[in-house]
Amino acid sequence: MNALVSFIIFGILVAIPWFGVRVLGWESLFGIVIPYVCFLVFVIGLIYRIIDWAKSPVPYKIPTTCGQQKSLSWIKRSLRDRLENPFTTWEVVLRMFFEVVFFRSLFRNLRADLQGKRLIYGSAKWLWLGAILFHWSFFIILLRHIRLFTNPVPEIIQGLDYLDSFIQSFGVPPIYITDILILAGLTFLLLRRLIDSKVSYLSYGSDFFPLFLLLGIGITGVLMRYYFKVDLYAVKQLTLGLATFHPTIPEGAKIGTIFYIHLFLVSTLAAYFPFSKLVHMVGVFFSVTRNMPNNNRAVRYVNPWEYPVKHYTYYEYQERFKDKMIEAGIPIDEEVQPEEEHEWYSLYIVGSKLPPKIKS
Amino acid sequence: MYNAEKVIPFIIILIIFFTIPMWLNFGRLEAIPQPELPKEEKKCVESKEYMRAYHMKLLDNWRKKAIRENQHLYTASNGKNYTISLQRTCMKCHTNKEKFCDKCHNFVITHPDCWDCHIAPEVAKKWQ
Repeated sequence: MNALVSFIIFGILVAIPWFGVRVLGWESLFGIVIPYVCFLVFVIGLIYRIIDWAKSPVPYKIPTTCGQQKSLSWIKRSLRDRLENPFTTWEVVLRMFFEVVFFRSLFRNLRADLQGKRLIYGSAKWLWLGAILFHWSFFIILLRHIRLFTNPVPEIIQGLDYLDSFIQSFGVPPIYITDILILAGLTFLLLRRLIDSKVSYLSYGSDFFPLFLLLGIGITGVLMRYYFKVDLYAVKQLTLGLATFHPTIPEGAKIGTIFYIHLFLVSTLAAYFPFSKLVHMVGVFFSVTRNMPNNNRAVRYVNPWEYPVKHYTYYEYQERFKDKMIEAGIPIDEEVQPEEEHEWYSLYIVGSKLPPKIKS
Repeated sequence: MYNAEKVIPFIIILIIFFTIPMWLNFGRLEAIPQPELPKEEKKCVESKEYMRAYHMKLLDNWRKKAIRENQHLYTASNGKNYTISLQRTCMKCHTNKEKFCDKCHNFVITHPDCWDCHIAPEVAKKWQ
């Protein structure tokens, strides 16, 4: 059901540019206005999300660890321990690097299955493989697209493009390796949600929709390169125009509708990105169980929620109960000094700069 | 905002990353090259729109026909017959690889392998 609704929404998103360009002929809306607006939404949305996260206090130091923590000098720590239980900032950086680049924690993914009445846990690397295929291919494809937005194209991007397309055996234009890998990865990630009943049960529409969107982008891109060819010279005039802020719809050359569908889906992805699960691209850096060093015993971590609490000083106590103390024969300390005045604070309320005062 | 000393550079790096094309073009942007079209002949094998988008498919098809199927005649959609040959048909009008093919290919960065086997006329002249 969730999958179906997402797919219908995706279908509508494909139909919009098809109708808009093919029937109404609004090339400049779908080629210039929407991409610019969506890119702006993307950037501003990301900044908004980052600042929103950065404003959230982290009350405790909560890194997840599974290695020997830094302890006495004669307790040895291997490189693995340093990654699993970082103590210094450098170790945290290294840990984050491996997390972001190789999805180290996903590599530990387990799968639980009932075998008769026995619950069995086993290693499950397929999710990791699908994820890494998709993410790396997507990243390389993103970099490769720089060839459409720069003139002259930097040598390194040319080299990347050449390496990616070095298999020339399947006709012209040569097939991109990342094109195959990204479709394989995405198909796996989608089938996993559709076929595995446990994962399917956990999947929302917002899990399926990005997959449909990304698959849609991949498939329109592949179709555009290999089957429904478009005039790439005109396409680059358009895209270069976007990048240099002189946007034009090239005259005299008709770009196929499939290009506008591809562009519209990419624009949708960009605008949708900051407000969906996809923003884990940024969120991973704010993942507090990963980005904190486990140095609680060496460096004091101050909870940002902490506020000055009024203590009942001994002076105040003594003033209040003086009579009763004398009555009971408890000695009075004459030298105790009144301490600095504090204010009474109570519970911290999210969003307020200072905790509210409570009148006594 | 907490950890502003890390978060603000992070935001800046992110923005720079997603606007890379702008920085790469900055100060080194070149004009869009125009391929030199033949002056005498106005019509190509197929329509202009088709050739612009599909010429590589057509040439690939020609290669298969000529080399694998020993067919050397191509009938265009308007009924005209052409000899299947890159150097004798295409390059008859588009006489210069550098001024025609390379203009677009270098602009959009494609790596056609035509010239692994074929020899461009201007290169051939050099060796004669």
